[in-house]
Amino acid sequence: MAYISTGSEWTFELIQRYEHEIARIASDFKLDTYPNQIEIITAEQMLDAYATVGLPIGYHHWSYGKHFLSSERGYKRGQMGLAYEIVINSNPCIAYLMEENSMTMQALTIAHASYGHNSFFKGNYLFRTWTSADAIVDYLLFARNYITECEQRYGEQSVELLLDSCHALMNYGVDRYKRPKRLSLAQEQARQKERENYLQMQINDLWRTLPNHALHDDDEDDGLDPTESDEPPFPGEPQENLLYFFEKNAPKLAPWQREIVRIVRKLAQYFYPQRQTKVMNEGWATFWHYTILQQLYKEKLVNDAFMMEFLHAHTNVVYQPSFDSPYYSGLNPYALGFAMFQDIRRMCEAPTEEDRLWAPDIAGSDWVKTLDFAMRNFKDESFIQQFLSPKVIRDLKLFSVLDDDRDSRLRVTAIHNDSGYREIREMLAQQYNLSQLEPNIQVAHVDLHGDRSLTLRHVQSERKPLDDSFEEVLKHVARLWGFTVRLETVFEDGRSEMTHETKVEKRRRYALSA
Amino acid sequence: MSAIIDRRQNGKNKSAINQQRFIKRYRDQIRRAVAKAVGGRKITDIDGSGQVSIPVKDISEPLFHHGPGGRREMVHPGNREFVVGDNFERPPSGAGGGGSRASDSGEGEDDFVFNLSREEFLKFFFEDMALPDLAKRRLAQIPEFRKVRAGYSIDGTPSNLNVIRTMRSSLGRRIALTAPYRKQLRELEAEYADIVSREGDTSPRALALAHEITHLRTRVEAIPYIEKLDLRYSNRIMQPRPQAQAVMFCLMDVSGSMDQSRKDLAKRFFMLLYLFLRHNYERIDLVLIRHHTTAKEVNEDDFFYARESGGTVVSSALKLMNDIIADRYSPSDWNIYGAQVSDGDNWDGDSPICRDILMQSIMPAVQYFAYVEVASAEPQNLWNEYLSVKQQHPNFAMQRIMEAAEIYPVLHDLFKKKAA
Repeated sequence: MAYISTGSEWTFELIQRYEHEIARIASDFKLDTYPNQIEIITAEQMLDAYATVGLPIGYHHWSYGKHFLSSERGYKRGQMGLAYEIVINSNPCIAYLMEENSMTMQALTIAHASYGHNSFFKGNYLFRTWTSADAIVDYLLFARNYITECEQRYGEQSVELLLDSCHALMNYGVDRYKRPKRLSLAQEQARQKERENYLQMQINDLWRTLPNHALHDDDEDDGLDPTESDEPPFPGEPQENLLYFFEKNAPKLAPWQREIVRIVRKLAQYFYPQRQTKVMNEGWATFWHYTILQQLYKEKLVNDAFMMEFLHAHTNVVYQPSFDSPYYSGLNPYALGFAMFQDIRRMCEAPTEEDRLWAPDIAGSDWVKTLDFAMRNFKDESFIQQFLSPKVIRDLKLFSVLDDDRDSRLRVTAIHNDSGYREIREMLAQQYNLSQLEPNIQVAHVDLHGDRSLTLRHVQSERKPLDDSFEEVLKHVARLWGFTVRLETVFEDGRSEMTHETKVEKRRRYALSA
Repeated sequence: MSAIIDRRQNGKNKSAINQQRFIKRYRDQIRRAVAKAVGGRKITDIDGSGQVSIPVKDISEPLFHHGPGGRREMVHPGNREFVVGDNFERPPSGAGGGGSRASDSGEGEDDFVFNLSREEFLKFFFEDMALPDLAKRRLAQIPEFRKVRAGYSIDGTPSNLNVIRTMRSSLGRRIALTAPYRKQLRELEAEYADIVSREGDTSPRALALAHEITHLRTRVEAIPYIEKLDLRYSNRIMQPRPQAQAVMFCLMDVSGSMDQSRKDLAKRFFMLLYLFLRHNYERIDLVLIRHHTTAKEVNEDDFFYARESGGTVVSSALKLMNDIIADRYSPSDWNIYGAQVSDGDNWDGDSPICRDILMQSIMPAVQYFAYVEVASAEPQNLWNEYLSVKQQHPNFAMQRIMEAAEIYPVLHDLFKKKAA
């Protein structure tokens, strides 16, 4: 069979032919994907896409401008290469290819994004449960239009300040356990009015200031303030979804402001699965571009030059600098994920004694099925817990270091040997557990009848303090809540203490309502 | 089958609005950064787009995250010699084993650096600057008009007749009106030729055809070659051209006492002034004068790059300026500005003369005069004489500059836009 192409220039016809072959191979490997939409864009457009985290339609905000300016500079000075692709979890699955790429890179990108990521989006349980690929583009459109309308009606600045505050809490705007309702443009618009009225009613009820005299008349003699005694505490349970809590309960937000809080919350929720599956998702896509392009080579559809260029790019992607390298910035999710998926395939096809001992379920099984199972049913944390083998730990020479501020020196606690495998696997899994990575902060209490202040509770783990920027975040919290906000810290010995108080800033610049 | 779409022609710069919002939000920081950026530049680089950096802490987006401290255990790759229980010094934060920290906060401690386009850069740079008092004489002046082309009209003077346009519409009209006749004519002529060849030109049919052909020809010819309808005239309209008639005199001391660093300061000052004028005003005359013991009007190249030098007689430059005003720039028609840069080291006895020339003839003629003294430890004799000018003339300003970084603030101060 003849090579599909021999030069490095791409044409639409060539892209189509590569895409055709890649699709055939992907389906031989039983990859199940959404339909693909592949868009060719320029480097400049790629920078634009970068700035808005790849969303095809985004609302306007200065922070996206900031990201654009910084990546533009990095790119123009050659300090940073652009990602070859951006792919969007939507149906059809949109992938951007850069015009500047060579034919090889376009083929790599199609395999990586349109078949790797795409099948992950469609198959992984987190994406299945938490995102609606069919509706996201519509919803983004709704969000952009709504926010533009608000800017026209209430002024750019008040919308911008509100978005600043919402963005500061974006990571605390997700439901971890409850599936969100499906997003759709039509429904959102229809329900939005209804929601405004209903919500405002609810809030007025919550903040009813007249004490219920009839109920408390008899008790007045006992000298207690009737409003303080028998009302249940609010909220009844600590609330971890701060944005949701403010959307529903912040006393001073106007209906349109609640809607914007909701929009940011919905986006945070949409991105939440991505944040939990970085290693898996990138590893999966990298594994498949590698496997598919190897297959093209085996079938003699591509030549040696193609393969050399591909391997060069691939090696860069999965490069993992050592801990003592100046380029080290933590584990590279591409490297770790790729190594793990490759290793699972190895355990299936050529299991060793060690594999049979460590992973009896996997060793010797059908690799396509096992990989598919792994892709569908895990997130980074559980994936590592389940599939990280001693071989990968040895190959990457993983070791763990304890940094305790009570000790003057760092200590190595486990290395890649028999006694360390389990410990390292456990620890690495925890390293990808978002609830461990982010400080545990919840709404603990609202003083309904006094100063309406809100208390956030930070439960420390491993004595890790908040970064100093927490004071700035609390100003944003106070802006959303509208009254004083306090921070209570619960230390590891169970002792708790009010550690900070932020009053609502009176200066107009910080006030939410114009 | 996958869809492959070419989006390259779609709009780029989708995030232009976001960039503008960023710039708008941080305009104060950006302005400070722009001023600082120019202060440190080489003279030849002053004009140009700019790299600007503002501190990250000013523009960071705060998030709740863990700070340093506490107890944390991290897995790292690439172990070579460590065994369990080894311990070692805590590396300085951000490097080596502490690498997690940087990714935790998402941003390092470096400044946020980005590029402004040349236009944006200059806009920030010269924002809030203006030539003082420019409006005063403009109002008194008779507005100047300029004729500009404005398409074509259907009437006008014969001298403005546009032949090409007229012929074009004439031709169009004739083609349209004669088309049906000419078609008929062609058919008849063909038939006539046919008949003549078969029956001769005297047959009744041929005669009838000949008659009809003549008739049709007459009709075609009756359609006028040019009608009034076809006439097109080039249209010109008068466009008022508001014009600030202004001239700026730049007086630079190049005497021997002006060493390289002082000359550099002076040149920087004029370079910025020149940029500012060119950027903010469409038309302004520049008169460049350099002097040592004698003064000379020069062109841009000589002004900024000539090397000749000598002693100092400041009054020579002022005299020349005065002569040029009398000669070419009547104060009743022109807004006149002056800027003078010198180290203030003047020939003995000349400084009072300078003062007198300024007081008596220059100050009454100009809108504004700015004197900048560069890099002298003590105010020089010229400075002292000029103080008395300042007392009497509110439109006289003076400043001292010791180093490059002060130039922009001084320039900004001298030419600050006054509240209306």
